[in-house]
Amino acid sequence: MAAQVVAREAPNRPMVPISYYLLLAAALFCMGMFGVMVRRNALVIFMCVELMLNAANLTFLAFARMHGDSVGHVSAFFVIAVAAAEAAIGLAIVIAVFRSRGSVLVEDIRTMKH
Amino acid sequence: MNIELILFGAFALLTLLSAGTVIFARSPINSAMALVSTFFFLAGLYVLLWAHTVAVLQVMVYAGAIMVLFLFVIMLLNLGESPTRGRPTLARIVGGAATLGLLVVLGIALSKLPSGPPPSLGVEGQATFGTMATMGQVVFTQWLLPFEAVSLLLLVAMVGAVVVAKSRI
Repeated sequence: MAAQVVAREAPNRPMVPISYYLLLAAALFCMGMFGVMVRRNALVIFMCVELMLNAANLTFLAFARMHGDSVGHVSAFFVIAVAAAEAAIGLAIVIAVFRSRGSVLVEDIRTMKH
Repeated sequence: MNIELILFGAFALLTLLSAGTVIFARSPINSAMALVSTFFFLAGLYVLLWAHTVAVLQVMVYAGAIMVLFLFVIMLLNLGESPTRGRPTLARIVGGAATLGLLVVLGIALSKLPSGPPPSLGVEGQATFGTMATMGQVVFTQWLLPFEAVSLLLLVAMVGAVVVAKSRI
């Protein structure tokens, strides 16, 4: 078992610094935030929120790799579960709003009551 | 050149490209498809970080379940391309500028981090790190209560989604 792992894992050390992953996650987060700020379609805004959640996940996993600690993986797992709940509720709200107003553009949604 | 570096560069570039497509595509269905590919490339990055289990979960839950939900809603609402881009309001300009500011601040902060390669996991770590067994051990010992709370949250979300989306109960 151990010999097999050694054979699979050549002695070369990991080359990519963790800060590259963190920079990529920051860029991804900012792209998601830009989409949330600029887009008008509520569905696309939700997709951009998913992008931001994924950037947070990438950060968790990068730090988990840096410290060799599995808690980061567990946090990413929880983030995925919460994102699933968020997507279900959010899309249900989008459907309900579309039923009552006939639009999913956020600028058309100005009142709480109809 | 190291194969890990090449793979990281390719996955990072493709992730950013598909994320850009998500933001700038005119039609929501194109955004959703670009988001699926973003999730796949991110799963590749997770594998490079030795997080195999999370990579599999990413593909199954995100690219599978959540994206099916998105596509289902897009098709249910029959959304076409947005006819106009909409005029840039003050809020959108300020929001975009604030995002760029955040990117600059984060870039400056992260560039001060040590840029050496991460510590090697060792033979023992490479055999166990990121596997389902290791993750399960942490979840079911240290994080049991949050795990149960998440299961309750998913149940509440399921019931809530049905109640909210149903026209008449």
